[in-house]
Amino acid sequence: MCTMICKTAAVQGQGKGQAGWIALTHVHVAYDHPVQAPFEHALMLDFVNEAAGPEARLVVELSPEAARALLRTIEEVLVAAEAQSSVGAPAGAGER
Amino acid sequence: MYTYEGMLAETLTMAGHNGDLIEAYLARPLGMIQVPGVVVIHHMPGWDEWSKEVTRKLAYHGYAAICPHLFSRWGPGRWDDLAAAARAAGGPPDAQVMGDIAAAAQLLRTQPWANGKVGVIGFCSGGRHAYIAACRVPGLDAAVDCWGGRVVVRPEELNERQPEAPIAMTKDMACPLLGIFGNEDTNPDPAQVDRIEEELRKYGKQYEFYRYDGAGHGFFAVDRPSYRPQQAVDGWQKVLAFFERYLRTGAAGSSR
Repeated sequence: MCTMICKTAAVQGQGKGQAGWIALTHVHVAYDHPVQAPFEHALMLDFVNEAAGPEARLVVELSPEAARALLRTIEEVLVAAEAQSSVGAPAGAGER
Repeated sequence: MYTYEGMLAETLTMAGHNGDLIEAYLARPLGMIQVPGVVVIHHMPGWDEWSKEVTRKLAYHGYAAICPHLFSRWGPGRWDDLAAAARAAGGPPDAQVMGDIAAAAQLLRTQPWANGKVGVIGFCSGGRHAYIAACRVPGLDAAVDCWGGRVVVRPEELNERQPEAPIAMTKDMACPLLGIFGNEDTNPDPAQVDRIEEELRKYGKQYEFYRYDGAGHGFFAVDRPSYRPQQAVDGWQKVLAFFERYLRTGAAGSSR
């Protein structure tokens, strides 16, 4: 089934795609039929610059297990960074 | 003596809902006249290679088929990028999709090689659109819903883009309906398919449903793990026989 599950968060950062580096404004997080990954459904991260048109994007399609592993790894890295006092409070990010 | 087989397949620009210019993919057999038409409604992953394969498959079987790009308005851009933008926006409004389908049907109907009959076939979200088109797009001669989800919906699932439950439109269905479903699907699940059948029977609509064991959602899609060749081969036979009956041999649906 098409789940139509998709949420969007504002982000700050840069990403490199087909057109080189782009400033990222949002990430769409979806769980639905992927385009390329060989799964019936995938966790899709679609980093975009909304002002730069639909092709200004970086996309990954992950299995749910891979997505959870990514989530854990990001958290571990941020905790390690916080331990070195090099990560401040989140700024400019929020779900919409 | 060999039999000639030829096909023209091409992208074109057509006027869709509200006269908006959108992309479409057309495939038709060459050397034939009195050709029936089929509008192919792509699924939520987009106007992809498989949707175009389906369009050519129908042309191979003697139909002029057109697959309008329902996400064109998010472009210009590559189909997969536009599909991502459409998904993030919650998909195209039903009214807009119906306008695009009506325009594509009219394009087919008015060609010099056409026999004037036009059906629709849709997959996944496109199956839902096919169900709605059977109720809302005037002049269709047949509709095929392949595992369309959200035909049965809870009121809280309705929104501005999808304001009405398709099942609530059933009384207005104006052409014969063929439904193809996998019994392992979760949307629509077998209970929802039962509910749709109940509604079709209640209003005396002409329909055929085929429900396959060992198959879930999207089991025609050769490029996905959901592909089930045995069930898909049988399902395609049912689809082609249905279109043959209502689009080529002149049988008229009694729902009209």
